[in-house]
Amino acid sequence: MLSLYDGALDVPTILKDWYVEEATSNYGAYIPFVGTVRSEDGIDGLSFDIYEPILESWFKSWQEKAKAKGAIIKMAHSRGDVMLHESSYIASVFSPKRRVALEFIDEFVEDFKASAPIWKYDLINGERVYALDRSTAIKGSGILAGENN
Amino acid sequence: MVRVEFLGPIQKEALELDISNLNELATILQEDKEMKEWLDNCAVAVNDTLVSSLEAPLKDGDKISLLPPVCGG
Repeated sequence: MLSLYDGALDVPTILKDWYVEEATSNYGAYIPFVGTVRSEDGIDGLSFDIYEPILESWFKSWQEKAKAKGAIIKMAHSRGDVMLHESSYIASVFSPKRRVALEFIDEFVEDFKASAPIWKYDLINGERVYALDRSTAIKGSGILAGENN
Repeated sequence: MVRVEFLGPIQKEALELDISNLNELATILQEDKEMKEWLDNCAVAVNDTLVSSLEAPLKDGDKISLLPPVCGG
């Protein structure tokens, strides 16, 4: 299940809703990862653009990987502005036993960071500044660049 | 005609181009001063599927998206 919200995530509600949704599914392990905006370099917050069609197909491919291991995943992300100490991202795994969940949350979150079509901007004095220094080129980048660069 | 969209921080309006493959798009964008700095690090999707080759043919009505470096979370 992939949920996108305008602005900061209501973390306690989402974590609880996911827990309740799977309460009778017989999963022995539920591991959430919550990403929260930290104060650094004078930012007021972060802001996000999302390209939903590709995010949805990326998420679906991870649902299939999870299913192959008997697990399920849920994810929530913010669109737009999220201020300091608010949260913009939650990813979670449910699995029958802990080993799959513990390993899968690592792979899932790392691939999210490298591949999900989401762009981050620092909010500084009311302006959005693209966070290029923290961004990763998606696999396959550069094919239009040619030889003379 | 195909539509080329520039996602995220690339502040560029979509283009409608009469091209039949991505090689032609590469040639056009390499000539574009605004785009030169982005091309090394952009991925390309055709109809919302990422592609890794310039050879795939394009047909009328296709949508091409350029995706600059990402940072979700």
